[in-house]
Amino acid sequence: MNQDTRLSLTVNGEEREIEIDPRATLVDALRDRVGLTGTKKGCDRGECGACTVLVDGRRVLSCLTLAVTVGGAEITTIEGLAGEDGEPHPVQRAFLESDAFQCGFCTPGQVLSAVGCIAEGHAGSPDEIREWMSGNLCRCAAYPQIVAAVSKAAVR
Amino acid sequence: MRTFDYTRVRGLEETLAALGEPGTQPIAGGTELVNWLKEGIEEPRRLVDINRLPLRDVGFADGVLRIGALARMSDVAADEIVAARFPVLAQSLLLAASAQLRNMASIGGNLMQRTRCPYFRADTAVPCNKRAEGSGCSALHGDTGAAAIFGWSDRCVATHPSDLAVALAALDAVVVVRGERSERRIPASEFIRLPGDEPLRHNELRAGELITAVEVPGGAERSYYLKVRERASYEFAVVSVAAVVRAEGGTLTGVRLALGGVAHRPWRLTAAESALVGVDLGDTTALRSALAASFTEARPLAGNEYKVTLAQRAAVRAIQEAAA
Repeated sequence: MNQDTRLSLTVNGEEREIEIDPRATLVDALRDRVGLTGTKKGCDRGECGACTVLVDGRRVLSCLTLAVTVGGAEITTIEGLAGEDGEPHPVQRAFLESDAFQCGFCTPGQVLSAVGCIAEGHAGSPDEIREWMSGNLCRCAAYPQIVAAVSKAAVR
Repeated sequence: MRTFDYTRVRGLEETLAALGEPGTQPIAGGTELVNWLKEGIEEPRRLVDINRLPLRDVGFADGVLRIGALARMSDVAADEIVAARFPVLAQSLLLAASAQLRNMASIGGNLMQRTRCPYFRADTAVPCNKRAEGSGCSALHGDTGAAAIFGWSDRCVATHPSDLAVALAALDAVVVVRGERSERRIPASEFIRLPGDEPLRHNELRAGELITAVEVPGGAERSYYLKVRERASYEFAVVSVAAVVRAEGGTLTGVRLALGGVAHRPWRLTAAESALVGVDLGDTTALRSALAASFTEARPLAGNEYKVTLAQRAAVRAIQEAAA
């Protein structure tokens, strides 16, 4: 058996010390050890994008990231997007206004991916958004509304 | 997932010493290895995290583009020199995977991807010589729609998944690898092996070696990567073409072509490259007949004869786009 190792993660600006098996992925560490269940585990093999989080500001898949490899990094999850007063992030607001979800399971990943997409400068047109958001699947197929939401948030 | 020890390394000597120990594997972006760990396809005793090694730089000097093995796909694609002087390289990177995976995946790791087919990862274990050598090849007598048309053996008919590798093959790039005692330089077109009798020997990297860089000579301003796939984004190629051309007054004076999706490794079309010199870019019929020189050796399987036609048509378009 492996010994758990001590790991220091900065999640949404807050430093967290956890004990973790080196085999644990970041999505499992966030959900089961840090207690933030907003990050969703979909396919668990890097194909659906539901587990998207930001690591040092870049969107990545937390199901293909071993938690031990991001010790010391700044991790942003869906719980950390809102402003200090609880005001939703502009992307969250745009998703609400555009009705860009149905069941909601892929939404945290969609929102974090959209934050990355806009920051990278790839939200200039609906076609560009579709291409640069293609790593986030939506089984409810809310794609037209998602594209609208990302477009709306990008110009804010 | 089997248990493993985890170590972070910071220097190359330390890394190479660690990789010399049996059962040790490096981890960079993890986008492939973590899947294989979960599925029991890889069972290292120790993982060495190489992400802090100083191998992330991309630079152009003395006529050579040098890409550190740990540079991320998205960073290389966004590099100004790469975008301006090696469009085929930037395009191959941007047409691969998804934005999240490109942010994670390293250049060295991209080249280390397993050549595989759906049977390799089947939910219920089926014969696959790349999982258990000698167990057989389910694809050979199964669904061959996505299989190779060149260079396959009865041990394996899978096609390699890397778009980048195809571009690097057309660009005559070199994969630089370091072992504890020496450095080796391997042509990118030969880095991934053909299956032959040893389908488990996936590439030319030897035990204990690490890819440190990829070097690409010269410029390739007139180049293009065409990827044909079953959906518009986030999908492996059915067939892809990397074309690097030189032309004067509408006539081809030099062409380098590599195909993806057709073999266990990128497939250079050397016979066609010679036959294409002197051909008028606007003469599609002449381009097609010159390309045919490389397809006499095609060996399509029951379900993939379409790739022979598709690859030639895609190559025509890639050449014309590269020259445009």
